[in-house]
Amino acid sequence: MNHLIILPVLLPAVLGAGLVLARRAGLGVQRLAGLAGTLMLLSIAVGLMVQATTTPAQAYFLGGWPAPFGIVLVLDRLAALMLVLTAALAVLVQIHAVATGWDARGTHFHALYLFQLMGLNGAFLTGDAFNLFVFFEVLLIASYGLMIHSGGAVRLRAGVQYVAFNLVASVLFLFALATLYGVTGTLNLADLAGKVAQLPPGDAALIRVAGVLLLAVFGIKAALVPLHFWLPATYANAPGPVAALFAVMTKVGAYAVLRVFTLVFPPTTPDTGALFAGLLLALALATLAVGAIGVLGAATLARLVAFAVIAGVGTLFIAVADFTPQGTAAALYYLIHSTLAGAALFLLADLVAARRAGDGLRTALPPIAQHGLIAALFLVAALAMVGMPPFSGFLGKLMILDASRGALMALIWPIVLTSSLVMIVGYARAGSLLFWKAHELGPRAPATPHPAQPLAFGAVIALIAALAALTVFAAPVMRYLDATAAQLHRPTAYIAANALPGVAP
Amino acid sequence: MELLVASAVGILTAGGVYLILRRRTFPVILGLALLSYAVNVFIFASGRLAIGQPPILADGAAGYTDPLTQALVLTAIVISFAMTAVIVMLALAARLATGSDRIDDGAEEET
Repeated sequence: MNHLIILPVLLPAVLGAGLVLARRAGLGVQRLAGLAGTLMLLSIAVGLMVQATTTPAQAYFLGGWPAPFGIVLVLDRLAALMLVLTAALAVLVQIHAVATGWDARGTHFHALYLFQLMGLNGAFLTGDAFNLFVFFEVLLIASYGLMIHSGGAVRLRAGVQYVAFNLVASVLFLFALATLYGVTGTLNLADLAGKVAQLPPGDAALIRVAGVLLLAVFGIKAALVPLHFWLPATYANAPGPVAALFAVMTKVGAYAVLRVFTLVFPPTTPDTGALFAGLLLALALATLAVGAIGVLGAATLARLVAFAVIAGVGTLFIAVADFTPQGTAAALYYLIHSTLAGAALFLLADLVAARRAGDGLRTALPPIAQHGLIAALFLVAALAMVGMPPFSGFLGKLMILDASRGALMALIWPIVLTSSLVMIVGYARAGSLLFWKAHELGPRAPATPHPAQPLAFGAVIALIAALAALTVFAAPVMRYLDATAAQLHRPTAYIAANALPGVAP
Repeated sequence: MELLVASAVGILTAGGVYLILRRRTFPVILGLALLSYAVNVFIFASGRLAIGQPPILADGAAGYTDPLTQALVLTAIVISFAMTAVIVMLALAARLATGSDRIDDGAEEET
C-alpha cells in the first residue's frame, strides 16, 4: 500500500497534538512548527497530485481491513486537487496570521489550525460515508476553537450560533447515514454506488429521503440558501485569517456534493433520477441572488466579503447542478478561483479593519496607513471576485455560462449576469467609500501610523498572484480539471480501487 | 417493539426541535442533546431490531444482531458528548461576556 495517502491526516494530527503539549516552548517554536507543518502538507499534497495524474485511483485500506468492512481512503484527481488547494491556502493564510500577530492573541492557534487541516484533508480523502461524518466533526470542532480565537463578546455570541447550527447539521447527517445504512447495508461510497443503483423499487422513497437529507447537510456546509444563515455572522466575526481559511470550508460542502452525487446518486440512478440536479439548480440560483443582494447591502467590509462567498457558492453550484463533465470541470475551475479570491478579500478586510476604526461601510473615515497599496489590492481582488476580465473569475463564469447553454439558458444567464452587475455596484460602493471618500475629509491629517507588516501584504499579493497564474495557465489547469471531471462521471477506477468482493474490476 | 422504538425516536426528535427553536441557550443545548439521543436510537434501529442475539456469527447461533450500527452509535455518542461539552463552555463564556444568554441576540440582524 502507498502510505503517502495517510500522511495528510497523520502529520497534522501528530504535530497538532505535539504543539498542544509544547505550549510552554513559546510562540516562536509554535510558529516554526506550524509553518513547517503546513509547508510539509503542501509538498505531500503536490506529491499526491503527481501520483493522481499518473495512476487512475488508489485506495488505502486503514488497518489492512478490506473494503467495505474497513475504512478506506481513496486518492483520485479530485481529492488531490482539494488537498493542494487547501495546503496552498493554509500556508499563505498562516503567514498572514503570524505577520499580523493574530496567532499571539490567544493560545493554541497553530495547534487548532493543524487540526482544522487534518479534518479538511481527511474529508477530502475518505471513501467512507461515516468516516466523512467523523472528519466533518474534526474540522468543525477545530473551527469552533479558531472562530472564537482571541475571544470578545460579539465573537463568542456568533460562535454559539455557529456551533448550534452545525450541531443540528451533524444530527441531520447522522439521520441521513442511518437511513442509507438501513436501506443498503453499507456505508462505503464505492459499495453504495453499486447497491443504490440496484435497489428494489420498494426502497425508492427511503433512498430519496436519505439523498435529500445528505443534500441538506452538504448544503448547510456550503451555505446554500436557505441554509446559509450561519455564514455571514460567523465569517464577519471570526478573526481575519481564520475567515480566510474558512473560505475553503464552504468548498468542503461543494466537494461532498460532487463526490456523493456523482458516485452514489448519479442522474442515471433509477430511483432518484434528476431530483437532485433540479433541487440544486433552484437553490444555486437563489443563493447567487441572495449573495449579490447581500454584497450590495452589507454594513461592514467583512460581511460584504462573506456575502460574496455566498454568491460564489451559488455560481459554483449552478455548474455542479449541470452534472455533465463540462459543467463539473467549469465548477472545479470556479471553485479554485473563488477560494483564492475570497481568502484574499478576507485578508484585505482584516488589514483594513486593523488600520481603521472598524471596517464599517456607513461613514467615510480619513485615509489609513498604507492606503494606496491596500486600495490597489482591493481593486484587483474585487475585480477578480466579481468576474471581470482579465482575471480568472471572468474565465470561470464564462465556462459556467457556456456549460449551462440549453433549455435552462433563459433562466440561468440573466441571473448570473444581473447578479454580477449588482455585485460590481456593491464593490464599487465599498471601495469608493473606504478609499476615495477618505481623501475628501478636510485637510489631510497624517494617517495613524501602523507597522508595515510586509509579510502580511506578501500573503495577499501571493494569493492574487495565484489568481493571475490561474488565468494565465488556464489551459493546463483545464486539462487537469477535464480529466478530473471525466473521472468523476465515470467512477469505474474509483470503484475498482476499493477491491470490493463480488464486483468485477 | 418497532412501534416503541419508532415513537421514541419521533418524540425525542419533536422535543428536540421544539427546544432548539427557543431563544435562550440552555433550552437550545437541551434540545441538541435530545436530538442526538433520537439519532442514536435511530442509528441503532437501522441495523434492524434483534432481541437476545449475539453481535457476532457463532457456530450454533440462530441469528445475529448487526454489530456495525453499535460501533457507529458509540462513535456518534462520543462525538456528540464532546460537542455538547464545547457548546456548554461556549454558552457560559458568551453569557459571562455579554451578560445575556439569548442565542438570537445579535447586534446586527441576520439577512
